[in-house]
Amino acid sequence: MLEINDLHAGIGDKQILKGISLRVNAGEVHAVMGPNGSGKSTLAQVLAGHPSYQVTKGTVTYNGEDLLSLDAEVRAQNGIFLAFQYPVEIPGVSNAYFLRSAFNEIRKARGQEEVDPLEFLDLVDEKLKLVDMDQAMLSRSVNHGFSGGEKKRNEIFQMAVLSPQLAILDETDSGLDIDALRIVAEGVNKLRTKENATIVVTHYQRLLNYIVPDFVHVLAGGRIVKSGGKELALELEAKGYDWIQTAGAAA
Amino acid sequence: MSSAIESLVNREYAYGFVTDVETDTVPAGLDEDIVRLISAKKQEPDFMLQWRLKAYRRWLTMKEPHWGNVQYPAIDYKSLVYYSAPKSVKPLQSLDEVDPELLRTYEKLGISLTEQKWLAGVAVDAIFDSVSVGTTMKDELAKHGVIFCSFGDAVQNHPEIVEKYLGTVVPHSDNFFAALNAAVFSDGSFCYVPKGVKCPMELSTYFRINSANTGQFERTLIIADEGASVSYLEGCTAPKRDTNQLHAAVVELVALDNASIKYSTVQNWYAGDAEGKGGIYNFVTKRGKCAGVNSKISWTQVETGSAITWKYPSVILQGDNSVGEFYSVAVVNKKQQADTGTKMIHIGKNTKSTIVSKGISAGEGSNSYRGLVRVLPKADGARNYTQCDSMLIGNKCGAHTFPYIEVQNETATLEHEASTSKIGEDQIFYCKQRGVSAEHAVSMIVSGFCREVFKELPMEFAVEAQQLLGITLEGSVG
Repeated sequence: MLEINDLHAGIGDKQILKGISLRVNAGEVHAVMGPNGSGKSTLAQVLAGHPSYQVTKGTVTYNGEDLLSLDAEVRAQNGIFLAFQYPVEIPGVSNAYFLRSAFNEIRKARGQEEVDPLEFLDLVDEKLKLVDMDQAMLSRSVNHGFSGGEKKRNEIFQMAVLSPQLAILDETDSGLDIDALRIVAEGVNKLRTKENATIVVTHYQRLLNYIVPDFVHVLAGGRIVKSGGKELALELEAKGYDWIQTAGAAA
Repeated sequence: MSSAIESLVNREYAYGFVTDVETDTVPAGLDEDIVRLISAKKQEPDFMLQWRLKAYRRWLTMKEPHWGNVQYPAIDYKSLVYYSAPKSVKPLQSLDEVDPELLRTYEKLGISLTEQKWLAGVAVDAIFDSVSVGTTMKDELAKHGVIFCSFGDAVQNHPEIVEKYLGTVVPHSDNFFAALNAAVFSDGSFCYVPKGVKCPMELSTYFRINSANTGQFERTLIIADEGASVSYLEGCTAPKRDTNQLHAAVVELVALDNASIKYSTVQNWYAGDAEGKGGIYNFVTKRGKCAGVNSKISWTQVETGSAITWKYPSVILQGDNSVGEFYSVAVVNKKQQADTGTKMIHIGKNTKSTIVSKGISAGEGSNSYRGLVRVLPKADGARNYTQCDSMLIGNKCGAHTFPYIEVQNETATLEHEASTSKIGEDQIFYCKQRGVSAEHAVSMIVSGFCREVFKELPMEFAVEAQQLLGITLEGSVG
């Protein structure tokens, strides 16, 4: 589904990603871990097409297509979803309107018919339960005045409605208490199918207790320094990142 | 600023065309003879002529004000033409008699009179340049005793009402542009809603500036008698033109005891090209008087056009417990300049005013909010709430706020909130990441920003405002 090959990227003169290669197949969950500043979030942003980042080298193919040549909204329409680390507020625009616009633009791009507001309301009802939110939140402004936890749940709610093929969760666990973490993780788990894939970007292992990954990759200094199964995450938890950075430097 | 936003804000003005209609124009320049000529052409009674002359003589003693935060080359008042009427206009019995060329112009603007008449249930008094060319649904209104006609017709048919209220809110000597208007105004709209009558439909007027170098001096007078209420819509588009055109209108509203007037404007006049050339100078005096107890006057404006906008729809809160409201969205782009806001003058007891101003600046536009809240000594318990928000799109535009507060009664309560925000790449990226195009994203963000004002607009206008700003309004369902 996704194939990243020797990806180099940065902001301005600052190089952040220095040769990332990664292959993600349908049905898989990959965890990308690493200390602060290792380039985890940059990887997520580059895949989603944030205009501030420049790719200087390497390729990314998504379903056989050159992903990097596509505009951010086309990537989204093709099934890529980024759950933001810092979800953006849009005052005065209701969640219902925002999400219906997104839903319909994606459908339009796929040659499907748009749904009207009432149909849409039926459709989102069950998705709300997934993240334990009620209908009232639909009429609130997008993320405006939301608590940190509400923002993160809203991201997963949007993901549930848009049902992407490739979801990238950028530090979705940060700022969540244990109950919210469980709700978010259960939501993500329920959305797992054989057809879609998830990349979980996180600093801490605790999210991976709930969302169990098939693969764990450790990022340091803009490179993947170690890959392994889910036990790698536990090893990191026990030993910390110093161990891996030293190992990476030695390798 | 992203290129997507840039191209969005640099769209061509869609209504730039000139209608080829024979016009009846007086020589350029202004003196007493021109004033007399205008009055004679309109077959006005003597009180009108005397009022115009009084205004003209006063105007001669006045200086053009320059305190606004706007810049423009000096206006040569001698080269302006002060009266222009489509020649084909004779007293008309029905729309069929209207010059088909005029009707086509309105159709291009999407305001077919006949369509509006039956579909929207809106009575339209269309102003083409300076003379009213068609008034619809007059009969329906007449049944309720509502008088809705051109100002000229009102002078002919209801001189006693005109004489009683003309200049009572904006005196002939009020300011330079108002004095000029009083001397030479050609036409406008007039509405009188009698005691206890709720006007059965939204009233609407479309203004359009057409003849080259013709100053537009509209005058509108709306009176809601005791217990009456009316909602009035004013919408504007003007064709493209190379020389700047002066528009100095006056609007007077009078609300008596327990009456209410809602006045909504969508203004989309030609703003000039990317260099700031051409475009309309819109120097308008709009004022309402809550003359009676428990009366209410509400201004809602969406200002997107004109090279320069200089206007302050105001409310004089004279009656006890009267209410004044001002909801405004002002958008500037390219080299447009807007200095707009309101004045709320609290005179009566327990008077209340609300000001919500949303300024959006793009391109090299300059947007100023200027608002005065004055509480006079006898206005016990007066309250004002002011909210003033600015949004910047790009790095070359400006937003300014000039709030003036004068309180002479210590029981008054005033609140003022202000904010400035920027449409960020992050907001647009967030929308795009959800599959929404940049164009739609900007619309959505701006629309969200203006929501508090848009929700005050009547439905018909909300749609127009949405089209003008390229904005999709918040869905009323869901």
